[in-house]
Amino acid sequence: MKILVCVSNVPDTTTKITFSADNTQFNTAGVQFILNPYDEIALARAIELSEGDKGSVTVIHVGEANAEPTIRKALAIGADDAVRINAAPRDSYFVSAQLANYAKSKGFDMILTGRESIDYNGSQVAAMVGEFLDIPSISIIKKLDIEGNKASLVREIEGGKEVLSVSFPFIASCAEGVAEPKIPNMRGIMSARTKPLEVIEAIEVEKLVSFESYSVPAPRGAVTMLSSDETEKLVSLLHTAAKVI
Amino acid sequence: MSVLVYVENAEGKFKKSTFEVVSYAAAVANQLNTGLTAISIGDVKQEDLSNLGKYGASKVLSVSNDKLKSFVNQAYASVIAEAAQKEDSNVVVLSNSFSGKGLAPRIAVKLKAGLADAAVELPKTEGNKFIIKRTAFSGKAFAHVELNSKVKVIALNPNSYQLQENGSVAGVEDFQANIKESDFGTMVAEIVRASNKIALPDAELVVSAGRGLKGPENWAMIEELASVLGAATACSKPVSDAGWRPHEEHVGQTGIAVSPNLYIAIGISGAIQHLAGVSSSKTIVVINKDPEAPFFKVADYGIVGDAFEVVPKLIEAVKAYKAQS
Ligand SMILES: Cc1cc2nc3c(=O)[nH]c(=O)nc-3n(C[C@H](O)[C@H](O)[C@H](O)COP(=O)(O)OP(=O)(O)OC[C@H]3O[C@@H](n4cnc5c(N)ncnc54)[C@H](O)[C@@H]3O)c2cc1C
Ligand SMILES: Nc1ncnc2c1ncn2[C@@H]1O[C@H](COP(=O)(O)O)[C@@H](O)[C@H]1O
Repeated sequence: MKILVCVSNVPDTTTKITFSADNTQFNTAGVQFILNPYDEIALARAIELSEGDKGSVTVIHVGEANAEPTIRKALAIGADDAVRINAAPRDSYFVSAQLANYAKSKGFDMILTGRESIDYNGSQVAAMVGEFLDIPSISIIKKLDIEGNKASLVREIEGGKEVLSVSFPFIASCAEGVAEPKIPNMRGIMSARTKPLEVIEAIEVEKLVSFESYSVPAPRGAVTMLSSDETEKLVSLLHTAAKVI
Repeated sequence: MSVLVYVENAEGKFKKSTFEVVSYAAAVANQLNTGLTAISIGDVKQEDLSNLGKYGASKVLSVSNDKLKSFVNQAYASVIAEAAQKEDSNVVVLSNSFSGKGLAPRIAVKLKAGLADAAVELPKTEGNKFIIKRTAFSGKAFAHVELNSKVKVIALNPNSYQLQENGSVAGVEDFQANIKESDFGTMVAEIVRASNKIALPDAELVVSAGRGLKGPENWAMIEELASVLGAATACSKPVSDAGWRPHEEHVGQTGIAVSPNLYIAIGISGAIQHLAGVSSSKTIVVINKDPEAPFFKVADYGIVGDAFEVVPKLIEAVKAYKAQS
């Protein structure tokens, strides 16, 4: 089983999101970048499935050299080798085109991504790569098992779940339930330094979208505090003032 | 030129989010001075199809084919892209539902179209610019993205556009799509729907609880409050991590982002990662025994108190309200 795991480098979840004065740039000053939490889930499952000489796990990242600590973390967790495509990850279409271009001739049985990157949250990459490679893509899976020459997946749907059977090769985006994230151990951290990390130049991709500006949600009005005896008043306010029931 | 909207059905029925995308797409078509065509895949009653006219569709393409009985995103994307080409559509609109997330990117690649997903507003069309506001940073911010391509794909977040009912009936036509065998690498083996439960992403009212509830055995009152209100249930991450509640109820930056009319948070501290997933709720009620809980800072209504005392009273108050209304 030859598995490719796509990883992104995102602001730590505790980051307060702010922008430049003209609202066109995300302020990265002082922001800690981490391996996207969902990608940790994808990586953990890939490692489980390849354990005991059953395969190999390659991680790939489209990004600049400053993302290397995140790539090394993925190696420390247990990936065998890594690839970095050297370009700023402009948008999902660009990233997906790079990933697909790399994967097309490498014979991966399975490509895994996270459910979404917690910065731009497109949930786009898996399905885009699937389309570029003309292979099945399954978005937002909660379970992944191999059953002979097929994989059995569980996908989330509104108010339930769908059990799917998929032929190889395919790409899937992983959410909670697929695996528990793994914490790198000392041996992993040591060996990560010497595992191969190949840097590849990016291909040209047409620009279909551009980020014009950013804004933050409008602040809420002041809170109305009620005592624990005023539940009837609360219900009445929800009806008359908030008009939500 | 036209706008095409994909109308998703669940077991042959349209949901509110489908009417939202049709209303939204009709407004986009109006902005562009063109008409709206809807495409439906699967077996939906003729009457429900022509009813889409009410929300602004002038024509409905209906694709009914045994191979397309269950949702296979690869095959559905091919059909929708083919319809977009036949209809000469320059904008394709879908719901940013679980299925929509698997479809929209594939359609965008097929049509070489810029994609704006998680859209929350109508496009701003100044000059020949086409800018869409979408959520980013897990609900902590919005990004305004310009789609530069000739064809554009928009996936609209549920609960972010008001239904508009001012149209009439739509004409329904059969659409014979080209079915490619190679699009069926995925097979649906089984669908499990939690019966009589309101799906969280679609819910207008949400009752959510956190670690303050102490243990899974205490969720009966949360379920009851949700049921008297007609709300979906949700929880914080540690609660689903501990297995007290299923993962699909986990709300926040690493869970589901919701934007209901009402979000009631009970025994949840209001950590930044949790708030990211709920900040676009219209009204937030917080019940917490700690007056310093950060959740109160983003609440519209707050009660400082013990959940085990307040929630039963709230259930009674809601029951009384329902009885007299
Ligand atoms: C990478 C990462 C991602 C994360 N993603 C998410 C996410 O998506 N969603 C999420 O929710 N969290 C997320 N978290 C976790 C988050 O940081 C908080 O730890 C979590 O939200 C806390 O959950 P809680 O409020 O239920 O529990 P606690 O923080 O333990 O708060 C319990 C609250 O209950 C109150 N309480 C206790 N007893 C009672 C009572 N009897 N009556 C009323 N109130 C009571 C307390 O005053 C307290 O405010 C993430 C963390 C990390 C590191
Ligand atoms: N720059 C990147 N390099 C490699 N993989 C990425 C990159 N950005 C996103 N991904 C993958 O695609 C998934 C979904 O990202 P997105 O579509 O941006 O929400 C992430 O969880 C990653 O697995």
